[in-house]
Amino acid sequence: MDISDNRPDPDELLASLKLEEERSKRGKLKIFFGMCAGVGKTYTMLQTALAEKSKGFDVIIGYIETHNRKETADLAEGFELIPRKSYQYKSTAVYEMDLDAIIARKPQIVLVDELAHTNAPGSRHTKRFQDVLEILDNGINVYTTVNVQHLESRSDTVAQITGIIIRETLPDEIFENADEIEIIDLTPDELLQRLSDGKVYTPERSKEAIESFFRKGNITALREMALRIVADRVDKQLHEYMQLKRIRGPWKSGLHLLVAVSYTQQSAKLLRWAKNLSYTMGADLQAVYVETTHKLDPKESEQLNKNITLAGQLGIKFRFITSTDMVKAIVDFAQKENITHIIIGKPRVRNLLTLLRLGNFVNRLIRYSGNIDVYILGSDTKSTDKFKEKVSLPSFTSNISQYFSASLIVILIALICFSLKSFIGYQVVSFALLFVVSTLAFFFGTGPILLSATLSALIWDFFFIPPPYTLHVDKTEDMLMLIMFFIIALLSGVLTSRVRRQEKKIRIREERTNALYQLTRELSIATGIEGVINIAKNDIKKYFNLKSRILLKNDTNQLDYVSKDDTNIILSRNDMSVAEWTFQHSTKAGKHTDTLPSCDYTFYPLKGNQMNLGVIAIQQANVFTQGEEQFWEAFISQISGKFEREYLRNIAKQAYLLNESDKLYKTLFNSISHELRIPVATIMGASDSLLTLQHPEGIRRELSHEIFKASKRLNRLIENLLNMSRLESGRISPRLDWYDIHDLINKVTENLQDELKPFHLHVVIPDNMPFVKIDFGLMEQVLYNLIYNATQYASNSMSLRVKAFYENGITTLQVMDRGPGFPKKEISFIFNKFYRLEGSQAGGTGLGLSIVKGFVEALKGTVTVENRKNGGAIFTIKIPTETPEIDKIIL
Amino acid sequence: MITADTILIIDDEVQIRRLLEITLNLNSFKTLLASSAKEGIAVAASYNPSLILLDLGLPDDDGVSVLKKLREWYTNPVIILSVRNSEEDIIEALDSGANDYLTKPFRTGELLARIRTALRLTHDLGKSDSQLTFGSFTIDFAGHTARKNGILLKLTSTEFSLLSILAKNSGRVLTHQYLLKEVWGHGYLDQTQYLRVFVAQLRKKIEDDPAHPSLIITEPAIGYRFGE
Repeated sequence: MDISDNRPDPDELLASLKLEEERSKRGKLKIFFGMCAGVGKTYTMLQTALAEKSKGFDVIIGYIETHNRKETADLAEGFELIPRKSYQYKSTAVYEMDLDAIIARKPQIVLVDELAHTNAPGSRHTKRFQDVLEILDNGINVYTTVNVQHLESRSDTVAQITGIIIRETLPDEIFENADEIEIIDLTPDELLQRLSDGKVYTPERSKEAIESFFRKGNITALREMALRIVADRVDKQLHEYMQLKRIRGPWKSGLHLLVAVSYTQQSAKLLRWAKNLSYTMGADLQAVYVETTHKLDPKESEQLNKNITLAGQLGIKFRFITSTDMVKAIVDFAQKENITHIIIGKPRVRNLLTLLRLGNFVNRLIRYSGNIDVYILGSDTKSTDKFKEKVSLPSFTSNISQYFSASLIVILIALICFSLKSFIGYQVVSFALLFVVSTLAFFFGTGPILLSATLSALIWDFFFIPPPYTLHVDKTEDMLMLIMFFIIALLSGVLTSRVRRQEKKIRIREERTNALYQLTRELSIATGIEGVINIAKNDIKKYFNLKSRILLKNDTNQLDYVSKDDTNIILSRNDMSVAEWTFQHSTKAGKHTDTLPSCDYTFYPLKGNQMNLGVIAIQQANVFTQGEEQFWEAFISQISGKFEREYLRNIAKQAYLLNESDKLYKTLFNSISHELRIPVATIMGASDSLLTLQHPEGIRRELSHEIFKASKRLNRLIENLLNMSRLESGRISPRLDWYDIHDLINKVTENLQDELKPFHLHVVIPDNMPFVKIDFGLMEQVLYNLIYNATQYASNSMSLRVKAFYENGITTLQVMDRGPGFPKKEISFIFNKFYRLEGSQAGGTGLGLSIVKGFVEALKGTVTVENRKNGGAIFTIKIPTETPEIDKIIL
Repeated sequence: MITADTILIIDDEVQIRRLLEITLNLNSFKTLLASSAKEGIAVAASYNPSLILLDLGLPDDDGVSVLKKLREWYTNPVIILSVRNSEEDIIEALDSGANDYLTKPFRTGELLARIRTALRLTHDLGKSDSQLTFGSFTIDFAGHTARKNGILLKLTSTEFSLLSILAKNSGRVLTHQYLLKEVWGHGYLDQTQYLRVFVAQLRKKIEDDPAHPSLIITEPAIGYRFGE
């Protein structure tokens, strides 16, 4: 037995887990689904809602259409109703569902009728289902209604059955992802009965309806369709359930379909068909468009965009490939993506040439696709209408001036030839003209080339071929030559212009690749958020010629409008809300999109791998073409990636700093609490003893002395802590003034006179020591800490030496002792904060020397320590100092 | 001295007030206490104390502005009490008419010495000695001469004017600005290096040990005081 067969595919498992998780967070969508109007969807929805309400759920009506049906209206009375919001549209007020009010109200369940509805212009979203998605995102459950004819993938079929074009359609994806679907089913007879009873429409309208839409045949077909959809769904739910419960089902899984789409209307049908097929097969589906050298005319381009949008609405992943060889591109892609079935439309045959070419396309696809199945879908009859319309050869997109200049050049050359006619003869002229036509092809489009080819043939015939000034040709060989001339001119011209187009396409691609490379390179060296913003904006200006504004999120995950980005794009309150929406939903919005299109700017989300970084606003006059859009997406994804890295780096830095300050705090706490307690204990003990006991005079003096010593120690600690905090805050700005080094040393030794008592202090200052510009307070502290340290740690020897001298703009101060010196392995750490030598005596915080280092560095100087040759340590401070120009002083 | 001098302590810290009160009473001064600027000015006006100890960090008013208000009518010495690292405030206070300063924490011995010097200076005021003697150093203002161990010192006129200002105010802190203004004039207020040079020259001439001066004492970052 093959065990591996029963083990669920990890990818599928993950996907099902993800789906489960997603669903639990979002609100649930329940669709009341029917074959057509009048089956009682709204009524059933209200009844169900009423039952929920009686169970204690908070149910409200967001939008409902009673169509003046009494039972429905009565039923609706029992619910809280969110008032509709009015929009001004072309001088009339239109009323739409108030999305924000619903979200603000936050009920548990909201009823929203007619999911496929198209909103009035000016609403946030163009379609109601988008409103509903937003409601669901806010964790609110939605009950809604849908008729079968509104489903995107069925709209064609419905149009075929009923002859009515359906305009309000609903993407299949929404329907498929609904959490629950309840079908409201009536037999056709029951429905017709209801209609004629006037329960659906008013009597006059009912009559009209029965005669047009509600014919029994139509109803039966629609009913079958609705029931089949629900049945399919049940089937699919079973699959999903089994997958959810980790059961390997009997279904044929691992099927991957690929549908090859073109810029024709037929492709839309192909997409819908492929969607249905994938649905029933339980396979996944992607679509691909291969951009070749064929230049799309505006109509084709529009249709292509429509096809791509449709694919999105059908929930099909769309891929865009640029290649000169369509077959190779499709097969390569299919192999890479493990596609099992390729679906193509049957090529339309325009003429002999295309028949050969397209026949070749199908043959080659079948030949190269190997073990991949190829489905070819028949084309519909509609395409014959287009047959004549499309007979003309490649598109003529060149402008008038091109035609004009091309003709002018041909005529000019012909004139020159004409004047030389007697020298060169008429046959050579054909070569000259041929040369001109071929050369022109490098500069002009296909149309002008066709014109110049025809024109030059006519000119040659009329003015040169004997008999001149007639179109008549005498000799057979001249006739042959004329025909050959025309064909060669035509072919070379058309071929050259085609090569040019291809080159142009390749050049554009190269430029884009290059632009992306440049961007990556510039971003890689950019540092800081501002740097990235600047590069991003410059490059967007450079490569897209667009003004842009970048809004990034702040630490609290809100868009920061007061960002450092100083552009001339000024966002209104309305624009900001679009930006907010884009950021929250990580979907583009604003101008040229389905969401809030009335805005002046288009907003794209800056999506990183793990988070949304912000939004970029651009002001574009025209919609991006597919190629441009793809390039743009790649561009901003690079930028987003960089922003994300910068953002993460900042977070890491903050975490590091936090960690460091946490460590500092702990050490401080441990060390300081000890250092504080000892003197406080001494003071408390000694003063308590003085207060309560009668001591002889000698003892009293001694206790008082202890108190005094302890207070001095406390004072020193406070000094050090204050100095440390000054250093930590980085707010030390030296106050420099002229000082006599003698004064400095005298002051320090005076303050330390008690500690220095047992020592012999030797101060060495040369007679020519100038005055130096220093910060007395900082230097006093530095010297104090060094000498104090020496008195504490070098107490075994009674000799201390302090030396000062000035040399070449540098004042040097040295403190030397004859103590034990420092252990070699520890000497490099002694200036570290809280560092204390191993086994050092009690007392001390390890702050003193770190303050010395900090202060000296604040004065732009250095401090070093060495062990002296004959024992002891020597601290050397070197500080760059000014000396006064004595000569200038008036004596 | 028949009547004991009265000292007003203006400080918002009750412990400091207690400590100063005990110390001063033990040294036979009478004390008055005030815990705020307002109260301090009121008490000073009512009793006209011989000396005021003024804390710069009062809760209700800036110490320097209290000092300025006092100085509108009060002529006796004011000694400033302040915390460390407030040299600028100290200089401002001294320039606004304070006679001396002490930084907290201070030693009581030091405080008493300062108080006595300040009081003596006021008692001596008006006596206008033409000659002063500090140990082995004598200065004769009328004769424009100074002697060390009886030997006449060669002094430039700038040196002499600096020395005489310091000696006339012996015991009192004179700020750099004050000295520069008095000796060199208003255009030299930033030229502290002049002071350093002249002080060093003077020390060589009048001090027993110029490296450890006892007559011209440096008050770091603030100024000089002529010792006794």
